[in-house]
Amino acid sequence: MIHSLFLINHSGDIFLEKHWKSVISRSVCDYFFEAKEKAVDPENVPPVLQTPHHYLITVYRGKLFFLSVIQTEVPPLFVIEFLHRVADTFQDYFGECSEGVIKDNVVTVYELLEEMLDNGFPLATESNVLKEMIRPPTILRSVVNTLTGGSNVGDMLPTGQLSNIPWRRAGVKYTNNEAYFDVIEEIDAILDKSGTTVFAEIQGAIEACVRLSGMPDLTLSFMNPRLLDDVSFHPCVRFKRWESERVLSFIPPDGNFTLMTYHVSSQNLVAIPVYVKQNISFFETGSCGRLEITIGPKQTMGKTVEGLMVTIHMPKAVLSVNLTATQGNYTYDLATKVLVWDIGKLNPQKLPNLRGSLSMPSGVPKPEENPSLNIDLKIQQLAISGVKVSRLDMYGEKYKPFKGVKYVTKAGKFQVRT
Amino acid sequence: MSTSSAFNDEKGGSSSVGEPEYGHDPASGGIFSSDYKRHDDLKEMLDSNKDSLKLEAMKRIVAMIARGKNASDLFPAVVKNVACKNIEVKKLVYVYLVRYAEEQQDLALLSISTFQRGLKDPNQLIRASALRVLSSIRVTIIVPIMMLAIKEAASDMSPYVRKTAAHAIPKLYSLDPEQKDQLIEVIEKLLADKTTLVAGSVVMAFEEVCPERIDLIHKNYRKLCNLLIDVEEWGQVVIINMLTRYARTQFLNPNINESLLEEGGVGEKTFYGSDEDEDEDEDEKEKKAEAAALAKRKPYVMDPDHRLLLRNTKPLLQSRNAAVVMAVAQLYFHLAPKAEVGVIAKALVRLLRSHSEVQYVVLQNVATMTIKRRGMFEPYLKSFYIRSTDPTQIKVLKLEVLTNLANETNISTILREFQTYIKSMDKDFVAATIQAIGRCATNIGEVRDTCLNGLVQLLSNRDELVVAESVVVIKKLLQMQPEKHSDIIKHMAKLTDNIQVPMARASILWLIGEYCEHVPKIAPDVLRKMAKSFTNEEDIVKLQIINLAAKLYLTNSKQTKLLTQYVLNLAKYDQNYDIRDRARFIRQLIVPTEKSGALSKYAKKLFLALKPAPVLESPFKDRDHFQLGSLSHLLNAKAGGYQELPDWPEAAPDPSVRNVEVPEWTKCSSREKRKEKKVEKPFYSDSEGESGPTESADSESDSASGSESASGSEESGSRSESEESEEASESEEEEEEEEEKKKKKQKEVKKTVQESESEQSSEEDRKHERKSKPRKSDTESESDEDEESESESSQSESEDSESEAEVKKKKKASEAKPPSKPVKKESKKEKKEMSLLDLDDFEPSPSPQVTPVNTFLSNSLVTDLEGLSLSDSVLAPATIAPSSALKSYELLHRITGEGLSVEYCFSRQPFSPDANMVAVQMQVTNNATTDTKNLHIEDVKLQSGMRVKEFPEIELLAAGETATAVMGIDFCDSTQAANFQLCTHARKFFVSIQPPVGELMRPVFLTENEFKKEQGQLMGMNEITEKLTLDAKCRNEHAIVQRVTTAANLSRVPCGSDKECRFAGRTVTSSSLVLVTVATKEEGAAQLTVNCEKMVIGTMLVKDILLALTQ
Repeated sequence: MIHSLFLINHSGDIFLEKHWKSVISRSVCDYFFEAKEKAVDPENVPPVLQTPHHYLITVYRGKLFFLSVIQTEVPPLFVIEFLHRVADTFQDYFGECSEGVIKDNVVTVYELLEEMLDNGFPLATESNVLKEMIRPPTILRSVVNTLTGGSNVGDMLPTGQLSNIPWRRAGVKYTNNEAYFDVIEEIDAILDKSGTTVFAEIQGAIEACVRLSGMPDLTLSFMNPRLLDDVSFHPCVRFKRWESERVLSFIPPDGNFTLMTYHVSSQNLVAIPVYVKQNISFFETGSCGRLEITIGPKQTMGKTVEGLMVTIHMPKAVLSVNLTATQGNYTYDLATKVLVWDIGKLNPQKLPNLRGSLSMPSGVPKPEENPSLNIDLKIQQLAISGVKVSRLDMYGEKYKPFKGVKYVTKAGKFQVRT
Repeated sequence: MSTSSAFNDEKGGSSSVGEPEYGHDPASGGIFSSDYKRHDDLKEMLDSNKDSLKLEAMKRIVAMIARGKNASDLFPAVVKNVACKNIEVKKLVYVYLVRYAEEQQDLALLSISTFQRGLKDPNQLIRASALRVLSSIRVTIIVPIMMLAIKEAASDMSPYVRKTAAHAIPKLYSLDPEQKDQLIEVIEKLLADKTTLVAGSVVMAFEEVCPERIDLIHKNYRKLCNLLIDVEEWGQVVIINMLTRYARTQFLNPNINESLLEEGGVGEKTFYGSDEDEDEDEDEKEKKAEAAALAKRKPYVMDPDHRLLLRNTKPLLQSRNAAVVMAVAQLYFHLAPKAEVGVIAKALVRLLRSHSEVQYVVLQNVATMTIKRRGMFEPYLKSFYIRSTDPTQIKVLKLEVLTNLANETNISTILREFQTYIKSMDKDFVAATIQAIGRCATNIGEVRDTCLNGLVQLLSNRDELVVAESVVVIKKLLQMQPEKHSDIIKHMAKLTDNIQVPMARASILWLIGEYCEHVPKIAPDVLRKMAKSFTNEEDIVKLQIINLAAKLYLTNSKQTKLLTQYVLNLAKYDQNYDIRDRARFIRQLIVPTEKSGALSKYAKKLFLALKPAPVLESPFKDRDHFQLGSLSHLLNAKAGGYQELPDWPEAAPDPSVRNVEVPEWTKCSSREKRKEKKVEKPFYSDSEGESGPTESADSESDSASGSESASGSEESGSRSESEESEEASESEEEEEEEEEKKKKKQKEVKKTVQESESEQSSEEDRKHERKSKPRKSDTESESDEDEESESESSQSESEDSESEAEVKKKKKASEAKPPSKPVKKESKKEKKEMSLLDLDDFEPSPSPQVTPVNTFLSNSLVTDLEGLSLSDSVLAPATIAPSSALKSYELLHRITGEGLSVEYCFSRQPFSPDANMVAVQMQVTNNATTDTKNLHIEDVKLQSGMRVKEFPEIELLAAGETATAVMGIDFCDSTQAANFQLCTHARKFFVSIQPPVGELMRPVFLTENEFKKEQGQLMGMNEITEKLTLDAKCRNEHAIVQRVTTAANLSRVPCGSDKECRFAGRTVTSSSLVLVTVATKEEGAAQLTVNCEKMVIGTMLVKDILLALTQ
């Protein structure tokens, strides 16, 4: 299984290493550096590399490479999924997963890694169990700890590992009992030049934040569960109940977690909230091009579109842009050739427009391809698929919890080809 | 100081094991004196008394390790703190120890004793962590210690410790592979474990140590299938992968009948293939036809175990863990019938939303799958459309999938999509798209011309890479029908002036040479130009120039003779020996000389033979001989430790190997067999029939037991228990199993049910059955017999819902009965003379499901016998529990029960449906004025592990009447209460039953010697001794026996001394031995000794007996 782990930053420094079996020299990473060099873009480094004696499986998260060393056959997804789980845990513990934060909390990180794997096989990966053993650092605690020499290691032994519900820690107590559910839907779409939909689908997730005392047993049901085509669940969800009654029945973990993700059946036509009129052209003779983009509301179900943003990866030849926006402002990064137009709220009365010229060095042939536009947007209080939570019931505990459901629609991978 | 350190450095003396402690520092940290000082500083902190200083020091050391700095010289200072009280210090010391123990073996040994002590700790978590660290220390000397620790931990009470033991196995194996045989024994033992916690870890150990020992899995196969859904995610992956391999060796190919149909596809492919390939395929076809014929003769029936695996893994497609989803997907791909594989497509497409690394792996696997089963992913075609923001490696893989999915119907959409891709800025991706277009064109004849035209247009692209790639692809396409496309060839010939990419140039030259008769005017001209630039060309181009020259020489020697000579001369002095060789070879072959052999006559045939068009194949073709989802599949090369996926067997191996030791009546696979068995054992089959609360569920009643109620409540949707996850899981399983049963009431399946639930108990049942069978004639009383046959007849009457076979069987059973009766009667008289000591054999009633009459009868019998035996002097007094003096407890008071009152007592009779349960007899009285209907149990809330077997619903209890019911509770050897609701048609009452500790055991018979021997083994912590003064009324032996047996369900053990009374029993669930000794002294002083493996039980029992004897 997983032999060693190296954390490597963007510039190629190994800043943390951990070995679960015999020590493997960090020179093994050279093969990775070679591949990284070749791939140019960090996203393009092959996740699985073969070296004469080892296999390297890497994930790229938050500008860091998590590089694991494998010696024998193991399902690559097993390792990849685990490495992402490690990154998730760091994020959960420290709020972000970056080099600085990991360096600051190196001892906690090391303790976490020690608990998460035993001899290279995952041992405790549930955040509830880990938090029982190693308390996440808080400002208050770190102050107290430096004064008293106290520690982050829980003095209670982790009983969660022994229980049959490993995802929930025992003895949870809150003065305010609350359970919030965010239904977040993302529209993945590809629109072609003329604005017709090439491909569109809706992916949803229910993010939960549950702070309930004791051992609550929750049941969440939908008004229209038929909409959900393909689902995946947190291990706490009883699959049989879903199969037979289409309700989510579960004993939740304590804290934040993703309860389920779903896919809305592709038979339903996906409502595309905005339309984009664009015209990008490069002139054959002169060393310039023109750009004009207008965005307007399409099917917004009467809600306001917020957080509208357009990102364009310009062809390398484009030196600079000279544009005027009627709303919001734009930036053009000369190094990466990325044009970002941050629009904000979409006003249906006065449609935002961006127009102007693109300048290129003279003599360079015009780019063949027009860049595609990536759209980002957000609509509050709307689940675009129409999914609705009908009720949430709690069993097993006496108190009345505070419940809340919030809906958000976002643009996922929303791309307009030009 | 500094000089000495420098000197040491020159010697290159870094720390070595034998050096004295202080010798280290100057050596290792010599160059940077600050470093050295810091280490000194750390040592001081470690030696201090303050935990906070130690902690600070350890934190700094761990930070050094994390950064990859060498901290090995601190080993002695650190290892001293291994027994530190502070948990965090201790943990960090462990981290350090595990990291450096290998380098400092001798010093590491100092810490071993701490862990050995930890292994004996009463806290399971400490035991586990001690084993974890101990097994992580890679020091060969401690192998025997590790081995011992693992063996011990493997039989630990705590599943968590057993899990740790499973984890330790591969560690030890990698340290010393010679331990393999012993480790396999441990693995075998742990594989039999029934907890979900252990399952994943032990299978992981199995895969690392002995993946070839597939025989170890047989007995555990069904259990693993049933536990799977509750195992943690990582364990699921390992188990599923292992079971895939297992299934490939044990079951038949479910698609064997469809292989004929598949052939159509194969034939189509070979259309473009070479002759050789076709021959091979012919062979294959023959083989397949044979197989199919064979299959036709014997229609394929899926092994129920095969089905079980498929069914139990399917829900895991909904897992949030991509690795689990992939594992299930590969299992379905490799094992499921063709029609069912489709379900995995949706789940795999879902994974495409995940991180790009996950996408990368999933797409690789999807690409392999699409070659074999294209139809499966066709509905999801659009999900593989490419976005400009995808990383190139993902784009290329998606392209691969799209190409594989292309067929006549969707090709136009795909080609339109490809057109957008060709304009992409990412040139590698464009090149891949062009190749994809080429492949679509070869595979789908209809679009070949369209594709070719499109590609030709690309020849005028500004990007050279695009043009080059197009040339290569066009060349391949043209080979299929060159005569039509001489203008394209001409066009390409012109390109030689501009295009510089060697591969493209070589392709053009080859084309012109090959089809020179189509372009007779241009070809010599191209050769002329090439001859001119020959020396500057790349090697592949040079080779093609030579080829072109040779071919032109053969077809058009008049124009090209000199040119050819010139080229060959140039090549003769080339630096590359391949080119020199080629030139020499060709010169000999084509240029006629006196010496030239017979071959030159055939030169034309050699060079201008018709060449078959190449088959453009997916690089993922045939990758599926690697298990999908594996590292080897991804790399397309065997990784170390990869286990080959075996081919399906021709004939299925014996499926009975997976049968587990369960009572005979569930073991038989067919009804016929079962019938036979029943005839042999009329006694048992009867009790079985009686015990079931519902008619049809003769096996269900036994296995479903406690969790049945849980599933019931789940159905009603009113589950509100707090810590019932185990129940939940159990009930899930249960539900599934019930479904199963409904689907096909095959014995085979029922066995599976048994196995997971009550293997242990059933084993016991069997033992007990074996024992009781031959002897029952001795011990059974007539009253029982009557009772039995009565209830039996009433049952067979009511059994109209049962199948015919069932009825027949019953009849046979009852037929078989009468002959045995007289024997019993005869023997009854003898009984009095015979030894009655073996209480195990003495079973007043085979069933707790009996009416009050039964208890009454048996009780009276018992008292009779008691009277008898009491007259017997030493040997047999009071081996029988004084069941006449059973204590009743109130379950429901008349007032709270609104007229309904319930009392219960522990009847101390074995609960025959499940030997692990304590029989609780309830007496329900209806004091109200109205009838009570539908009295039953609902909503059972139990501690984990506990189970309940409900009594059958009492349909009607008229006013003033009393009814008796018997239920079984498995208290798991604890005095935790079983809570449940007693429901009538109108009301529900919350009630609970808490057993006195004395009721958690059943009597066993031991001889004096056995008793002493057992007692000798239960010394130390397992022995509890109390001094007491006996109650005044209880100073004779009889009274003591009476009181002890009332307090606890134990049997008297014969004893030579009259100063001692001995009793023995076993706990009901775990069968741990309980031994009680009361030694009397003068004036009522006495000493009570209890020996019991379960210390808690022992302690409580001492209290209870003490109370009984002193009051």
